[in-house]
Amino acid sequence: MASKQITPTRMELTKTKRKLVTARRGHKLLKDKRDELMRQFLELVKENMALRQKVEAGILSANKNFVIAKAGMDEATLNTALMAPKQEVSLEVGEKNVMSVNIPVFETKTRTADANDIYSYGFAFTSSDLDGAVKSLADILPDMLKLAETEKACQLMAAEIEKTRRRVNALEHVTIPEAQETIKYITMKLDENERSSQIRLMKVKDMMLEEAHHYSERE
Amino acid sequence: MYKIAVLGDYDSIYGFAALGLDTFPVSTREEATEKLTKLASGGYGIIYITENWALELKHEIERYQEQLTPAIIQIPGIAGNTGAGIAGVKKSVEVAVGSDILFSQE
Repeated sequence: MASKQITPTRMELTKTKRKLVTARRGHKLLKDKRDELMRQFLELVKENMALRQKVEAGILSANKNFVIAKAGMDEATLNTALMAPKQEVSLEVGEKNVMSVNIPVFETKTRTADANDIYSYGFAFTSSDLDGAVKSLADILPDMLKLAETEKACQLMAAEIEKTRRRVNALEHVTIPEAQETIKYITMKLDENERSSQIRLMKVKDMMLEEAHHYSERE
Repeated sequence: MYKIAVLGDYDSIYGFAALGLDTFPVSTREEATEKLTKLASGGYGIIYITENWALELKHEIERYQEQLTPAIIQIPGIAGNTGAGIAGVKKSVEVAVGSDILFSQE
């Protein structure tokens, strides 16, 4: 610990002791924060994984349906059918504070009240496969939005956990031992100084008595 | 008021237009990069991006990772699932825990 020059004074000792108390307190708080974040993160990430698997499977089957729909009709008709969407989704982004991590809360609003109002085309020139394909995609949309929310939350929380863990480790393995070492060093130095000054006083006293009474000459 | 965008090649994303999401078909890297930057700063709360394009734009996406919005979410394209989305979830577990303790055996 002799890497840093410390002046062994009482003031420095008080300061370091105060620093140690703060560090200990911070360490405890951050550790609690990390543990709680971790617990919530693990819950969330499991949900995230489940949602992702569901969404990926859903999109895969929707894609298949679209390929079939596309095969059944010519491209121009398909493009025209999907050209002017009837439905419009807008998004309200809120914030939720989980252990001082801000995670987004998405709330969607559709333009028309009926969620099934998704077919932006007349049914005369399109195949029924397209209806099925659009429907399968529409069914997966709520899960996709949920996925976006949880996945973003997971990313943000993961970053925060990493940061918190670094802080905890820095306090635990660097700041706290360093402060303890400093306190030990200063106390020892102060004790040593006290002893040496005591010895000096005793010696001086001896010398003064000798001067006054001349003990050694009497024998 | 935010909107939702879907970015990818045309064949993978044209269906989303019917649902009222804004689709942005891209075909070159420069175009995609430009589009993503524009979308991210242009009032889109969620950007779905196909896995193959997410791979191309990895660098750009990472920039938005620690911001609240936009949430950039990978979805499988028409070419099939590459597993990149799942890998992304695993990666965030790795960042948080240190190693992938939840899904490593699957």
